[in-house]
Amino acid sequence: MNVITDSHVEGTVEHEDHGLSDLGYIKIALLLAVLTAIEVLTYFVDFGVLEVPSLLILMVVKFQIVISYFMHLKFDSKIFSYLFITGLVLAVVVFAAMATSLVFWTDPAGCDAGRFC
Amino acid sequence: MKARRRLPLDNATEVNTSQLAYGPTEWDDYDVPPLTTGLSNEKMTMWAFLGSDCLLFAALISTYLLLRNRVGPDTDGSTAAELFDIPFTSVSSFVLLMSSLTMVLAVTSIGRGEIERCKMWLLTTATLGAVFIAGQVYEFTGFYREGLGFTTNISSSAFFTLTGFHGVHVSLGIIMLVTLWSLISRGNIGAERAETVEIIGLYWHFVDIVWIVIFAVVYLIP
Amino acid sequence: MAITEEPPLILELESGETKPSTGAFARPTYAKGWRAWVFTVDHKKIGIMYGAVAMFWFLWGGIEALLIRTQLLTPNGTVLTAEQYNQIFTMHGTTMVFLVIMPLAAAFANYIVPLQIGARDVAFPRMNALGLWIFVFGGIFLNLSWFLGGGPDGGWFAYAPNTSVTFSPGAGMDFYAMGLQIAGIASLVGAINLIVTIINMRAPGMTLLRMPVFTWMILVVQFLLLFALPVITVALVLLSLDRTFDANFFNVGMGADPLLWQHLFWIFGHPEVYILILPSFGIVSETLPVFSRKPLFGYSVIVISGAAIGFMGWGVWAHHMFVSGLGPVSVAAFSATTMFIAVPTGVKILNWIATMWGGKITFTVPMMFSISLVSMFTIGGLSGVMHSVAPADTQQTDTYFIVAHFHYVLFGGALMGLFAGMYYWWPKAFGYKLNETLGKWHFWIVLVGFNLTFGPMHILGLQGMARRHSRYGPEDGFDFWNLMVSIGAFVILIGMIIFAINIVKTWLGYKAGTIEQSPADPWDGRTLEWSIPSPTPEHNFDYVPVVTDLDDFWHKKYQKDENGKLRKVADGNAIAQLGDQHPHLPSPSYWPIVLASGLPLIALGLIYTLWLTGIGLLVLVAAIYGWSLEPHTDPDVGHGHGDDHDDHDEPDGDHSENLIDSPKDESTEEAPVG
Repeated sequence: MNVITDSHVEGTVEHEDHGLSDLGYIKIALLLAVLTAIEVLTYFVDFGVLEVPSLLILMVVKFQIVISYFMHLKFDSKIFSYLFITGLVLAVVVFAAMATSLVFWTDPAGCDAGRFC
Repeated sequence: MKARRRLPLDNATEVNTSQLAYGPTEWDDYDVPPLTTGLSNEKMTMWAFLGSDCLLFAALISTYLLLRNRVGPDTDGSTAAELFDIPFTSVSSFVLLMSSLTMVLAVTSIGRGEIERCKMWLLTTATLGAVFIAGQVYEFTGFYREGLGFTTNISSSAFFTLTGFHGVHVSLGIIMLVTLWSLISRGNIGAERAETVEIIGLYWHFVDIVWIVIFAVVYLIP
Repeated sequence: MAITEEPPLILELESGETKPSTGAFARPTYAKGWRAWVFTVDHKKIGIMYGAVAMFWFLWGGIEALLIRTQLLTPNGTVLTAEQYNQIFTMHGTTMVFLVIMPLAAAFANYIVPLQIGARDVAFPRMNALGLWIFVFGGIFLNLSWFLGGGPDGGWFAYAPNTSVTFSPGAGMDFYAMGLQIAGIASLVGAINLIVTIINMRAPGMTLLRMPVFTWMILVVQFLLLFALPVITVALVLLSLDRTFDANFFNVGMGADPLLWQHLFWIFGHPEVYILILPSFGIVSETLPVFSRKPLFGYSVIVISGAAIGFMGWGVWAHHMFVSGLGPVSVAAFSATTMFIAVPTGVKILNWIATMWGGKITFTVPMMFSISLVSMFTIGGLSGVMHSVAPADTQQTDTYFIVAHFHYVLFGGALMGLFAGMYYWWPKAFGYKLNETLGKWHFWIVLVGFNLTFGPMHILGLQGMARRHSRYGPEDGFDFWNLMVSIGAFVILIGMIIFAINIVKTWLGYKAGTIEQSPADPWDGRTLEWSIPSPTPEHNFDYVPVVTDLDDFWHKKYQKDENGKLRKVADGNAIAQLGDQHPHLPSPSYWPIVLASGLPLIALGLIYTLWLTGIGLLVLVAAIYGWSLEPHTDPDVGHGHGDDHDDHDEPDGDHSENLIDSPKDESTEEAPVG
């Protein structure tokens, strides 16, 4: 719907006033590339006990960067964030609970009978 | 320009007034009051859909994680994980990540009215997506030749289903990008419809972040 | 007190009409006849069609129930074979859940929500039509199984590997899996549409906490649908891949765990039951205040508890799996969460009772159905709380005690609420009320029949009668109560026949002119839908109301005088809008039904031959492109008809702008993209 508000008397469709410039996006992409490189490094170099936590943290950080900057969520209305984050949080929590129930809280007697433990 | 009657907007929610710039919508020709939040219906739709898609991929990823090492008396063949070529997949992942950059550049360029540049970035994004898919196809045919097919065992079924769903999402995205390119070329979409490109961009980035998770959780984490 | 009329708020809009559309067809313009319904994008027609189709499936699901009850009338019944029995009870449940209750709720949501928020239609009218037609084709597809080898026979919950090809070799389960996928797409599409509509198309001044409770409950339900449907999508995909393409997800020999299906299904399945009940909770939250002539007690508490139920519903799913070998920790955890979820529901029950308390109650038929929801759902909720105690559930599960519980909440709760809604909103939709006397017969006979059917099931369950068994033996001692149950089922049938007679009689009477037309506000209602004529004009509102209060329409009729007493200041029918304006509305469209028709083709192809799938995909893709590229309005209709558009100060030529951006093009700078 088109509604003129005072802030848009110029009537442009620019998004440059919020969000990054093209150069900014390129920098973000370079950051993402570096983070990916570190992730891949875990395949070649033994991180020891830090391997899984590092991979998870890197994954979350990359996820967050793409959402906030490339998908603009940082600069957009909070309503969009609520819509998406609700789904995301629900997905993570519910399936973490399912996995916990299936793997950790399982019936000890069932372990031999093919349960997930 | 025609005068517009302004109505008080809903103050119950924060409205980023710069977000009031969006292009034609289904309701444009009809007589309705301004949208309550000042946000675009179409964009809100895409975010709601992406929220829903999170649940889809969470279910598929959980299924894979639970099933990847399962064996039974009939099990044959290796698990998918044993056949991964991490360096190859890393390159694929990088390609997809860069396609997100080109997608953003497509959005910013049409926002500035640079139609030809936008078309170029859209095609680049679609091409990078196609390269990713080609990489997936190469990887899967490689697995198949090494004896890991869709029906081989429970781990392979789960792996191919998860990555297959993702691949279908990417492919649909490529089709949408090419269609978008074509519509822009024919003049059906101009700077005023920049939001259409942004919305397709949201879908594309989502497909990328799902891969960020899959790459970490399926390929890299032992 | 003078009620000022807002001047018509017909807004000038920038056309944004695309250049020569590449669509091959102009949009249809039918206003009458069957085509006005098949191609409509009007939420009201769509709502009525959802309701009508759902009532057809209700008839069919009812017949399936009567077949069950005839089989179980006597011990060792011979009406159905065991295999037929499996198919009948599977389809009874599947039909009632997916093809009756959900679409009935969708019918009300589609018809009423835009009216309650002061909107002209939903955010995406064509997508709304799409949801309807996908539902219609999905229901037909699911029931095609009867003609093509037999219905699904694995229960409505379709536990794998029992539903794998080894144990369920017919195509029935494939029809189940694909049929539900199709129906699921309809619900998902509708959910997104309603979410965006409710968030973004409310009348000015209608903050979220001034929205009617029915709209709030529908909003919660759409979020539940949005997030729960993908999970069953995955479950059904895994099942279909196993059955059709030989995957190994539920192949125990390959290391599968049957619990995976159960978890995935019930992660969807539990939010699903809240999807089934919350709309009816919303309906009675509308009717109880109106017929008690009192505001809803604790509006914000009811809203918050509705949201809480939706939220907490995600944490209880494994209470359907207490005896599946989950292990004591899981069982204890889910037992606790299930007990907690009784709290917000109990709060609602108390608030409804408090609403009626001290009110001036008129026992109209919608009121009677609403009160019956409060009492019958409470009974169902009590047995539900009994199930939450896991050790007790070990005895109750898979017996008729559970069957009693869910029929009390779904029939006594959801369905009674939906009947209340039908009687309440019938005048708004059709322009005349249903007959009160016949309605009372309908109500009492159904109430008695319902309790006779499902009450004794509590006893039978605790006596040990198992679910899903096609017969019981004479030595079991179940004879007497099964006889009562079956008689009860036929009493329900009589009640429903009376309802059908009511519908036909009043319709014929209205056409003949012997039944009076209802005014805008026949019940002295509180919410915006009563401020416009009955039946609702096509454009809903002449002018969009500006809302300043909860129950805004009520406050325009009743105000407090200097002594603080409520005084009537205006008659609803006098201040209602006249319905005589003719604003532009979205044109009908061919594409929704065309797109919808591609889906069953794809599904049939996956069962029989991939050529069909290919054709279905072509239809789907063609329809998507046709849809995206068709013009907003038929160019021959709408714009340019001078009599309607006094406020248009420019000729139509200005509407088609060249959208290609070129530096010389000044008009884009003026494009009001605010």
